Amino acid sequence: MIGYAGADLAIALINVLLLGLLFVVGVAIARMRSLFAIVMLSGIYSLISATWFVALDAVDVAFTEAAVGAGISTALLLGAMLLTARTAKPETRAMRIVPILVVIATGAMLVYATIDLPAFGDPDSPANTYVGTDYLERTPEEIAVPNIVTAVLASYRGFDTLGETGVVFTAALAVILLLGFGERSLAATFNRKKDKN
Amino acid sequence: MAGPRTDHHVVLRIVAKPLIPIIALFALYVHFHGDYSPGGGFQAGVIIVVAIVLYALIFGITPAMRAVPPVFARSLAGLGFIIYASVGVWSLIMGGNFLDYDVLFNEEPGGHMGQHYGILMVELGVLFAVAGSMLSIFYAFAGRVTEIKDEDW
Repeated sequence: MIGYAGADLAIALINVLLLGLLFVVGVAIARMRSLFAIVMLSGIYSLISATWFVALDAVDVAFTEAAVGAGISTALLLGAMLLTARTAKPETRAMRIVPILVVIATGAMLVYATIDLPAFGDPDSPANTYVGTDYLERTPEEIAVPNIVTAVLASYRGFDTLGETGVVFTAALAVILLLGFGERSLAATFNRKKDKN
Repeated sequence: MAGPRTDHHVVLRIVAKPLIPIIALFALYVHFHGDYSPGGGFQAGVIIVVAIVLYALIFGITPAMRAVPPVFARSLAGLGFIIYASVGVWSLIMGGNFLDYDVLFNEEPGGHMGQHYGILMVELGVLFAVAGSMLSIFYAFAGRVTEIKDEDW
């Protein structure tokens, strides 16, 4: 019993540590004006949340968060940052009070909502009954793939994933339509440079 | 990018260069091992793009566009979506429902080859679509400025 309680305490400490780090990074992002530092800190924020997802046993989500949040969106935000100014404009005092009121109200509502949540890992919670158990039971016979997340994503919910692929493709299409193809705008930049010289 | 002005990034360049093939190889592992461990086509596609973005960051956007042309990136995005959808059409032709992998290879009931290769093929479609789309978005943003200025690092 002592070992079990010790493990529980260690998990609780890790959770508190990670969430505390997230809070500190969040406050730092809110107080900063340098866009470069904000982009870097948001990458760190994603990396810490990925670590926290691992602690919650959601490894697939953690992997996606680390690859997308910490990897590619940091690079994309850096690219977008180069098109604009390096620092954000300082806000007036009145403009600062409204966001903090919104944050406090939303946070209070979320904390109030957690009272009704089932305990973490509760086998009787709605997430762990109905289709969830069904997939767990049927995947070994029907799909024979060890990673049930992949089985649900690509086979049981293959049609949804097709739609998601379409969404990603459409997003790229929209950005290309707005900003133009990379090579043409690059040529335009080179021409501007030449005109200057 | 070669020139006296960028020479003090030589350590960054030497350290980052051997990482690029390892990142690309890891992406392939993530894709083909997606049945057994966390990961799959989406994560693999993003990781491949990270390798190319790293190349663009240390060697400049123009060499990156020469290595992986933007027209290739956006064709890859379309091709990925077509691969995914055509697996569905394939299962329709074989007499099953759309994206029903059980019928792909006319197996006996209880065979799992259709499921296994069906999942691998649609994940390949996802990989192509995600990698092509993300790279196109990166090129659209990064292609508008020539390079990151030294004082911005």
